[in-house]
Amino acid sequence: MKKWLLLFLGTLSLFAAPAAEVSGKRDLNISAIVMFLLFVALTLGITYWAAKRTRTAKDFYTAGGGITGFQNGLAMAGDYMSAASFLGISGLVYLKGYDGLIYSIGFLVGWPIVLFLIAEKLRNLGKYTFADVVSFRLKPGPTRTLAAFGSIATVLLYLIAQMVGSGKLIQVLFGLDYAFAVIIVGVLMILYVTFGGMLATTWVQIIKAVLLLAGATFIALAVMAHFGFSFESLFKEAVKTHPDGIKIMSPGGLVSDPISAISLGMALMFGLAGLPHILMRFFTVADAKEARKSVFYATGFIGYFYVLTFIIGFGAIVFVMKNPEYLDAAGKIIGGNNMAAIHLSHAVGGNFFLGFISAVAFATILAVVSGLTLAGASAISHDLYASVIKKGQVDEITEMRVSKIATLVIGILAILLGIAFEKQNIAFMVGLAFAIAASANFPVLFLSMYWKGLTTKGAFRGGLLGLLTAIVLVILGPTVWVSVLGNPEPIFPYKYPALFSVTVAFIGIWFFSKIDNSKEAQEEREKFEAQYIRAQTGIGAEGATSH
Amino acid sequence: MKTEILQKLKSNPRLWELIEKREKFSWTMAIIMLIVYYAFILTIAFDPSLLGKPLSENMVTTVGIPVGIGVIVFAFILTGIYVNKANKEFDVITKELHDSVKDEL
Repeated sequence: MKKWLLLFLGTLSLFAAPAAEVSGKRDLNISAIVMFLLFVALTLGITYWAAKRTRTAKDFYTAGGGITGFQNGLAMAGDYMSAASFLGISGLVYLKGYDGLIYSIGFLVGWPIVLFLIAEKLRNLGKYTFADVVSFRLKPGPTRTLAAFGSIATVLLYLIAQMVGSGKLIQVLFGLDYAFAVIIVGVLMILYVTFGGMLATTWVQIIKAVLLLAGATFIALAVMAHFGFSFESLFKEAVKTHPDGIKIMSPGGLVSDPISAISLGMALMFGLAGLPHILMRFFTVADAKEARKSVFYATGFIGYFYVLTFIIGFGAIVFVMKNPEYLDAAGKIIGGNNMAAIHLSHAVGGNFFLGFISAVAFATILAVVSGLTLAGASAISHDLYASVIKKGQVDEITEMRVSKIATLVIGILAILLGIAFEKQNIAFMVGLAFAIAASANFPVLFLSMYWKGLTTKGAFRGGLLGLLTAIVLVILGPTVWVSVLGNPEPIFPYKYPALFSVTVAFIGIWFFSKIDNSKEAQEEREKFEAQYIRAQTGIGAEGATSH
Repeated sequence: MKTEILQKLKSNPRLWELIEKREKFSWTMAIIMLIVYYAFILTIAFDPSLLGKPLSENMVTTVGIPVGIGVIVFAFILTGIYVNKANKEFDVITKELHDSVKDEL
């Protein structure tokens, strides 16, 4: 494998050199590419190390269960701090000021809820995926199939959004061709996941999280130092510079009516509790105690990160908005609003630091897509192949092989879809991913843990109903019906369907469970008590393997 | 879980004490978080100008800034309180329960 990696690195630098010359107006691409290559070399080294330690299915899916709470907290935060949230939220603050903060708060508050209601029970009941928990006392056939499809749908939508975003970002940062950038991302993530499994994916995520937090801290400190660490002075200068003036200091149009406000909140909160790549991380720690600590650290890192992006957005207003160096002929910011943080990094740290932040942004994309791919591959190999198709009668070596093939397939699919969607409007995709996670994955998972009356039929039919409602309402809503399909008026007026689709899912699950009087349903209800006691105490839960 | 272990655990009042205490505590914490978040976002939906008021005269910093940052800090503090109580109180009972069935496992 080593030889292969070297060959790959060689090819990568070959391509990088001419590309840098084409657009290397300020020599910036060379330092960015060198730093990125260092990151790639380091992470491939880690993958090589992890590959030797990834022997069993448990190693592959959960890194052997030996990750500490602190490490896992960083990795979870890393999963959440995608390039989209770093560049997107600072870009939103740059554009709208205070509204960016409202958005990031919504993304954060799901974490405490996950800690209080989900984290420990999930760890005590599951093994590799959240479908393990759902099918703990329910029939694995229908419930795992539903959970797997919910997972795959969420992962693919998220993945396409990340791939398209990354292709465009890399195009601007490194001057590489869009399709080539997407292929690099796809190939590297396939390497990390197939060879290094969860162990490599986790460490790539941890390294990136540390780099991203360090880089963002430096930018924010540089901005604050300029203003003598006075927020008031920073805001005063920003208000003077921004065309919207004092308006950037108060809530604008992001949340206009109460229904949208409630619905957005539900999508973000319950969506988080249904994201397969986040839920999967709870199985990488030894026990419920470490799972709990993971969320504590993750909440801290993410909260801190959002405060930084807020400062960075305001800093960009001051240092970038009126600086001709970062504006095109029409006076617009080069590369769009999402480039605000990148330009700011140049303004406060020069070419070298710009290279560093660009490389970190690239690394961020790689780490996030790897986590997504692993979660998608696990849904295919562990839930669909091993548990549904083979009914658990499969040896580890075969299951591992299937998971690697699944990784390869998802990776290639992500590359192809990433290229196919280059020119499409994909703004709805992350929203739809959250809506599906909140309306299909979360209600089934939540009720399987808390409600004795849940039956297989109820979970399957209700969950499916939630899934379909979410998809249909997103299609009929403003983001797809109007923005993508070009119709003048949306059929469903709200941008975020979660309030409706989550309600439909819960009512559906309740109704179909209630009317289920079969013998199996009765047995499933009786099995709840034993499951509940294991969820509460962790007695009988999956332990960690020692290496 | 084996039936004997289950029976032994069920007859232990400490199990029910743990469940009652922790469920009550974690649901209280979850509801506090929900109330704080929805109070924040519904204030914005119903009356955005409330958060747009300057902190004091001649200042551009609005009430919304410390409130918004406050929600983030509050969320983190809540998780800290939960972890602290779980480590100190709930884990003690959990360990007792584990020990009580150690021989049967």
